[in-house]
Amino acid sequence: MTDQHVDILIIGAGPAGLAAAIAAREAGVDSILILEREKEPGGILRQCIHNGFGLHRFNEELTGPEYAKRDVDRVRELGIPVCCGATVLSVSPDRTVTCVSPEFGFRRISAGAVVLAMGCRERPRGALCTPGTRCAGIYSAGTAQRFVNLEGYMPGRRVVILGSGDIGLIMARRMTLQGAKVLACVEIMPYSSGLNRNIVQCLEDYGIPLYLSHTVTDIHGRERLSGVTVSRVDENRKPVPGSEIRFDCDTLLLSCGLIPENELSQGAGVALSSLTSGPVVSETLETSVPGIFACGNVLHVHDLVDHVSAESFRAGRAAAAYVRAASSPAPAFEVKDGPGVRGTVPQKISARPEEDVSLMFRPSDVFRNAAAVVECDGKEILRKKAMIYTPGEMAELTLKKEVFESLPDKVITVRMEGEKQHG
Amino acid sequence: MIQSENVFQSDIVIAGAGITGVSLARELSRYDVSVTVLDRGEDIAEGATKANSGIVHAGYDAKPGTAKAKYNVRGASMFPALCEALSVPYRKCGALVIGFDDRDRQTLEELLQRGTANGVKSLRLLSREEALAAEPSLNPEISCALDVPESAIVSPYELAYAMADDAALNGVRFVFDQEVRSVSALPESGWQITTARDSVYRCKVFINCAGASGADLHNMISDQPLQMTHRRGQYYLLDRSPAQPFTRTVFQCPSEMGKGVLVSQTVHGNLLLGPNAEDIGDPLDTATTAEGLASVLARATRTWPNLSTRSNITNFSGVRAHLSSDDFQIGPVSGAPGAFEAVGIESPGLSSAPAIAEDLARSVASFLSLRKKETLVPPRRPKKPFHDMTDDERAEAVQSDPAYGNIVCRCEVVTEAEIREAIRRPVGARSVDGVKRRTRAGMGRCQGGFCSPRVAQIIAEETGIPLSSVTKCGGESLLLVDTVESFLKGGKIND
Amino acid sequence: MDKVITCINCPVGCRMTVTLSDAGEFISVSGNTCPRGAKYAEQEYTRPLRVITAVIPVPGSETPLSVKTSAPVPKELIPEIMRLLGDVSVSLPVSVGDVVLPDVLQTGADIVATRDLYSR
Repeated sequence: MTDQHVDILIIGAGPAGLAAAIAAREAGVDSILILEREKEPGGILRQCIHNGFGLHRFNEELTGPEYAKRDVDRVRELGIPVCCGATVLSVSPDRTVTCVSPEFGFRRISAGAVVLAMGCRERPRGALCTPGTRCAGIYSAGTAQRFVNLEGYMPGRRVVILGSGDIGLIMARRMTLQGAKVLACVEIMPYSSGLNRNIVQCLEDYGIPLYLSHTVTDIHGRERLSGVTVSRVDENRKPVPGSEIRFDCDTLLLSCGLIPENELSQGAGVALSSLTSGPVVSETLETSVPGIFACGNVLHVHDLVDHVSAESFRAGRAAAAYVRAASSPAPAFEVKDGPGVRGTVPQKISARPEEDVSLMFRPSDVFRNAAAVVECDGKEILRKKAMIYTPGEMAELTLKKEVFESLPDKVITVRMEGEKQHG
Repeated sequence: MIQSENVFQSDIVIAGAGITGVSLARELSRYDVSVTVLDRGEDIAEGATKANSGIVHAGYDAKPGTAKAKYNVRGASMFPALCEALSVPYRKCGALVIGFDDRDRQTLEELLQRGTANGVKSLRLLSREEALAAEPSLNPEISCALDVPESAIVSPYELAYAMADDAALNGVRFVFDQEVRSVSALPESGWQITTARDSVYRCKVFINCAGASGADLHNMISDQPLQMTHRRGQYYLLDRSPAQPFTRTVFQCPSEMGKGVLVSQTVHGNLLLGPNAEDIGDPLDTATTAEGLASVLARATRTWPNLSTRSNITNFSGVRAHLSSDDFQIGPVSGAPGAFEAVGIESPGLSSAPAIAEDLARSVASFLSLRKKETLVPPRRPKKPFHDMTDDERAEAVQSDPAYGNIVCRCEVVTEAEIREAIRRPVGARSVDGVKRRTRAGMGRCQGGFCSPRVAQIIAEETGIPLSSVTKCGGESLLLVDTVESFLKGGKIND
Repeated sequence: MDKVITCINCPVGCRMTVTLSDAGEFISVSGNTCPRGAKYAEQEYTRPLRVITAVIPVPGSETPLSVKTSAPVPKELIPEIMRLLGDVSVSLPVSVGDVVLPDVLQTGADIVATRDLYSR
């Protein structure tokens, strides 16, 4: 027994959910509802107050809140209801969603289609098994970002950052600008997965040293952090004895990876990929459960919000098509990662895709003057050369829909051709 | 309790609000007597009680005739009713002790005999095939196993909080941040305790339940000095999963250093690996170490060859108090009339706590000629955790209190209502960790990344302090150092 | 003298060599693979510019106000601008685009709000 039925229910009013809603409405679906657990829509962009968003989509460099506002305003303009302060508790395979909020209490909603747009979470210290004390002053970079940019509080005065991904780099600059001292950014890999632009504008501009091939090997401080020990690591990423450096600091920010948040997806019986930690989807972004779609960081972690929006528009269109047809095209092709490639999305493609198919993946290493190659049964379908392919930047390959009419086999492989920089 | 300035009177003072002190306080609250419990920490269970394996041991390991044997078996039998009465999660999931060779088989036979002598029911030796049939994920190289159906798991700190609340409802006073500096006999009779806060407590009876500091306090008053070893054990805690490798707790054969590394589910469905055992100098050093964690992993892999720490969410360690007698020391303190103790409470301390408390309370009551109270305030019957409620129960909960509709911790599905309740309880939380251990908010896979700002906000509101004064675990463990405004206006911008 | 600089315009990150005069003035650049790189190198060694983003407190609002410079400003002015932001006073309500501090340090750029904040 449900309290309500909607044609399309979208979980999350971040950039993914908002874009999916806009596309679904523009495709003619009237009955749409977005559920958002925060007090306001916008998702993680609310706390990303730095600029750099929207260069591809709007040809402007916006801050996170400004980018979010574009879609929030459009959603409002289209009259699409967004329920804030509402947390989804479960999604069933037959697309019944239970949720709670202080306003409306407990609700059971049935949906013609569900769009999963819950985003991702950060890896905690436990995922790294970093030894030492468990004192106050250790935060994931995103939590610190929330405290500074949304709550108006500084988590510390002397900061070390573990992980040189973009969130760590952005927080290095944020903490410095807002008056803290950032002592170092420590990265276990021999390269940073962050954008060069952020290395320059977040570390170099402020004289913050970047320690590549290093990691935090001990944490000190009984009640509040008093310091960390950083060691160099060898080619197997094991600490090198005797290489220890001690930093006196009261804050350690961890920026060690993002994981798509798929607890609800699992409850719905959605098959997940161990490579992306997100749902296995077809080119329409439909998951293994009919009528359930996924887009944005919950599907795979993106670097550019512009790509999140593009992907989510596609999901919204597909959800609208599903609601009208009440069926989905059967997957005919399987997409596999070949050497040098990790986590290609989508993992399945239908026999007759309605639009050109966008394949997205990350290379497993830095490749210079290399090519990404798409093959089927040894026959090359697409080759895209570039001066650089790097794990820090998701790559995109577009396959024209006509290509699928005459493929020799059911398995499509994406691989890298060229020299790995780091072996 | 009568006070004047910094001097407080109480019939009984207990040093230590771990599982031992709290169980004892609860027992004593049944009598017409004033009881004060002091702890160095900012909350109940800050020592080994919050950092152990959470096992209610069946009692085969302790040598017959020892205090450990006596109290373990009796205590374990009290757990089902106790946990039911206090609404504390408890599960009799059973255990296996696995063996790899003839020497292990001999050890298992010895444990079987010991257990039987101690009164443990249903112990049985299993063949390799029987053990692998019971737990297919076990290392196929095992040769035998001891089946221990009576072994159980519990949440040790949730039990301690519930017991503390029950004691408090019945008049026990808990005072925190009171590290005991000195204990001395009063001229006529009774004891005087001075704490780090320069508070003075005077009592008729002093009871030492001070865990890792037990020997220090004992040696302040006894004519028979005690030597204590501080044994640290480190753990891995893996994420909850519908597909954990074992249903039962799996032990390896015990050694002189203790029961060894185990692999066990927790009552909440996480998986625990550990502990190792290393003797350390500083009893408060609960850091984890690369070597310690590596050694836990190496040994746990022997039990579970397909072990993966991919889903590890945190590591922690606890320090237990070990006496050279290898036994508990419970009863009146030698050379110190009116002082009692329960020290050296390492494993099976948790399992033994209710029985130790019962016995020791009786001794103290006899010493003071105490009368039992006519009526008691019944224990709290908290609502079922929202996480465990059915849809209908959830609907009803939100209907009765909209704060149930605000999910604060999404990993463990903990609501605002439950967090406020955790702070408002008789011995309530005042820090982020205090909320965490009472509600599970922050114990999930993101380890508080999402919810800690929200939890801190609620603590600030409920306890009437600014957000920047909220701590992780009391003392100097502030979450935040100052406002953005102070930093900006302070002109400390870095050039 | 020669300096090495990494271009930030795209992930290739061309390492360019910039030749400066003894006085530190830009003379020439090599190593770029597109004109954007040369332009960036020249700008960085003539007059490096940055867009600054920050949060500032607003009385009556728990959420601070996120702001930015409406155009890139000279990099060396960053500390001075952050100090000025400590003294700026903003009152509710605030809308995206509202000017919080016009023509900051005569750069021609304003400090503008990048989120809406309402009175409760």
